[in-house]
Amino acid sequence: MFTLGMFYQCLMENSHDASRDLFPGALEMMILESLRRQPAHGYALVQHIQQRSKNLLQVEEGSLYPALQRLLKAKMVTAAWTVSPSTNRRVRIYEITKGGIRHLEREISRFDRMLEGIQMVLGPVRKAQSS
Amino acid sequence: MSWWGQIFRRRRFEDELDEELRGHIEERTEQLMRLENLSRVEARQAALRAFGNPVLVETRSREVWQWPRLERVSADVRLALRRLIKSPGFTATVLLTLAIGFGANTAVFSVVSSVLLRSLRYPDSDRLVSLWLNAPGAAGLANFQKGLPLSASMYFAFSENNRTFQSLGIWSSNRANVTGLVRPEEVNSILVSDGVLGALGVPPIEGRLLTEADQVPNGPKNIMLSYGYWQGRFGGDVSIIGHSITVDSQARTIIGVMPRDFRIEDQDFDILVPFAFERNKQPLAGFGFHGIGRLKPEVTILQANADLARTIPIWMDSFSNGFGSDPHWYVKWRITPDLHSLKQEVVGDVKGVLIVVMGTIGLVLLIACVNVANLLMVRADVRQLELSIRAALGAGRGRIAGELLLESVLLGLIGGVFGVAVASAGLRFLVAIGPANLPRLTEISLDPASLFFNFFVSLASGLLFGSMSAWKYASRQATVSLGSARTVSSSRERHRSRNVLVIEQVAMALVLLVCAVLMIRTFQQLRKVDPGFSDASDLQTLRISIPDSTVSDSRMALRLENNIAEKLSSIPGVTSVGFAQLVPMEGIGHGWNLISVEGKTYRGDPPIRFYNYISPGYLKTFGTHLLAGRDFTWSETFDLQRKIIVSENLAREEWGSASAAIGKRMREGPSEPWSEIIGVAQDVRYDGVDQGAPAIVYWPAIVRNPWLGTFTPRAVTFTIRTARAGTQALLTEVQQSVWAVNGNLPVASMRTMQEIYGKSMARTSFTLVMLGIAASMALALGIIGIYGVISYAVSQRTREIGIRVALGAQKHELRWMFVRSALALTGIGVVFGMGAAAAVARLMRALLFGVSPLDPFSFVAVPLILAAAAAFASYFPATRAAAINPVDALKAE
Repeated sequence: MFTLGMFYQCLMENSHDASRDLFPGALEMMILESLRRQPAHGYALVQHIQQRSKNLLQVEEGSLYPALQRLLKAKMVTAAWTVSPSTNRRVRIYEITKGGIRHLEREISRFDRMLEGIQMVLGPVRKAQSS
Repeated sequence: MSWWGQIFRRRRFEDELDEELRGHIEERTEQLMRLENLSRVEARQAALRAFGNPVLVETRSREVWQWPRLERVSADVRLALRRLIKSPGFTATVLLTLAIGFGANTAVFSVVSSVLLRSLRYPDSDRLVSLWLNAPGAAGLANFQKGLPLSASMYFAFSENNRTFQSLGIWSSNRANVTGLVRPEEVNSILVSDGVLGALGVPPIEGRLLTEADQVPNGPKNIMLSYGYWQGRFGGDVSIIGHSITVDSQARTIIGVMPRDFRIEDQDFDILVPFAFERNKQPLAGFGFHGIGRLKPEVTILQANADLARTIPIWMDSFSNGFGSDPHWYVKWRITPDLHSLKQEVVGDVKGVLIVVMGTIGLVLLIACVNVANLLMVRADVRQLELSIRAALGAGRGRIAGELLLESVLLGLIGGVFGVAVASAGLRFLVAIGPANLPRLTEISLDPASLFFNFFVSLASGLLFGSMSAWKYASRQATVSLGSARTVSSSRERHRSRNVLVIEQVAMALVLLVCAVLMIRTFQQLRKVDPGFSDASDLQTLRISIPDSTVSDSRMALRLENNIAEKLSSIPGVTSVGFAQLVPMEGIGHGWNLISVEGKTYRGDPPIRFYNYISPGYLKTFGTHLLAGRDFTWSETFDLQRKIIVSENLAREEWGSASAAIGKRMREGPSEPWSEIIGVAQDVRYDGVDQGAPAIVYWPAIVRNPWLGTFTPRAVTFTIRTARAGTQALLTEVQQSVWAVNGNLPVASMRTMQEIYGKSMARTSFTLVMLGIAASMALALGIIGIYGVISYAVSQRTREIGIRVALGAQKHELRWMFVRSALALTGIGVVFGMGAAAAVARLMRALLFGVSPLDPFSFVAVPLILAAAAAFASYFPATRAAAINPVDALKAE
């Protein structure tokens, strides 16, 4: 039987697959980390993430913007229009808030723990194979 | 935030986002041109590739701030509406089907909710109870349908000694003559004791309520009016309070007016008159009053029963049936109070009818849903190509199924809106035809509960029939059938689900038809019952009452009645005239008493028998045959000779046969003289055609006994046998004849016996009409369903049929092939339906009369009707199939 729940699921599908290549929240973490170092506009953020990751992470550039809007909505970043001195173009500069920093720190420690856990599961086997 | 503000903000948001994204892409383009030496066009293309779809990015960004689901649903709703408007034929058919289905259900639900669910229109009505007594020790009490009513002395005993009631009282409906206005008229009066109005707790809109002071014998003579009577007679004049009117020749002061729609239980009235009992003169007996009480808070009916049971010995100690009688005689009757909620009293036996009607109407809705589901599936098939294209372009299967479901929910809800209109029209119609025994008729309305019900049913139905087609789509293998519509036949699986729907329809239609046929058979059986009188449509009845104050002497009152009878019989076209205290099925309570047969000794009491007081000629006028002996004569009536006539069943019970009863004697008490039986009359169904005939003793129109003295009933029903019954001319002549005898006598309740008789069958005919409507709707929907399936099959199989014809198939073979498939579906449906019908019929056993729930006739006739309908419905498409020209069919590609 086709239920009401399924009905809503049908309506909702495709709305949660924004970052297909990364785990949910990863993009936001990287944005926040970049902004903690220095306020930046969208393009600069993409450049920064790509350079730091040595182009290992192929983020679709556009997906940055919905993520920025989510952060704006959660009041983790603020935005202001200004004119870029380098390109002489009007750009929207994003800046991390205190709440954003707190969230980032929490997320990083959570992520570290998760990574540690995954490594503990995967680690010894790999070592055995590689040695 | 205002709408404008929101729209403005959204516009700015979009502009800003747009600028930001464009800036991003340009910056990347410029960088690529600078670093990689690409042309602007190449660089821009590379930049766009890296960026992804800007429109999607913009949408996703916007969605962060919106309710994306809601927005998408609203877009889908708009799309669905546009699609529906584009196929008006389909939409109209579906909406019409649904509007009727929902409307009928909502209307019936309104009735059920107003009559059964809603509490009575009194404050804290759940504390109101109706007072009745049980007396298992009183032989013959089974003749009473409800139990033993209260006596006046009981009212005093109960109200003075109870501990569980806030207020209690007794009442009785009556008719009263109001004189001194433009012309004398008989009005509906209700006599109330103190405590009745107090228990009901409704304040007057003008003046004050009757109180204890108003019921003091020889005290002030006061009266209250109903809102309707106040408006109708006195134009709603407030200054009427304090004026007096003459009621039954007694001047009474109007002290108050009750609000509109105020009724006592379900009884309408014009005036409220206080009882004026002399407490010390009340005998134990006289069980003839309705009791109403309001329990103290937190008191249960069980506790109240126990409390009143405690007061019954006090009642026997405090009152007496007269000097020398044994006050504890009623111990043998084992009287116990039997209270039930006032609502139960008012609603009565209509509950079963309403539940059956609700069930059948629900079944009709189910059939309608199945029909709509069928239509939706056909529609989904027609849209197969479109849906396939969308699926090929990447629409998720769930997304498309959801959209189909949304479309049907939308259809359901729109159907619901139309359904409200149908329901309100239907209710107005129902209240207008007003089945007489439907209680609380005036309270029936389309209330919020009904609207909620309508909404719920619309939504649920939309989901039901939508899910059938949506689920089918979603579960279908994603075969992209873009190629062509060139299939020899439609897929077997697609066909099967439609067949299943038709089978369900046939089964449900069978259930309804069986119920309807059972009701028709019940109605026929009731018509066949000999009610104990003949040619009801040629019998005119009217009520006349002669108050004590107009003519005090009983013999003079009888003389007056005799004069009226003679005057009436001289009206042209009148063959005979008689009168009686009550006529069958009139709804007036019987008189009754214990009566013993000469030469018989009783262990305990002699049985209770119902009484009627009749004039000579009454039985002949009424068409009640005398099986033995003779009728009363006027001379022996006036001479107060002790003669009685008894009913056939009483004669058979006591003496074995009608003729054996003649000359036997009966008497009411040991100290009374015997009365001789001079005639035995045919049994009469006093309480309705479906109730047994009571054993009855007919007394002459005037009698003498120790406690009543010389007694003649003061309110009698005259019966006139004439072919002119019910005509306006006759009514005028009757009125003139009565006034020629006495100008102060109002004539009331002019009805033909046919009306009274019809009213007693009202429950059956109401059920019959409702079931008949439901069943014919079911049959029509079933025929449409079968027609639809067969004609769709024909259109799908055109090519196949063309090949068959080309290969030499005969026309009649082709026709039979389709009719046969319809009959096969019907056959399967009938098998399933029979089982369900048998179960449902058992549930309506209480509504049937003289017909078994498994009546073989109904269970044979209905499948035949359905088979005929199926053959009829499939014949036309089958003929169309047979007429297919093979050349055309094959060329059509």
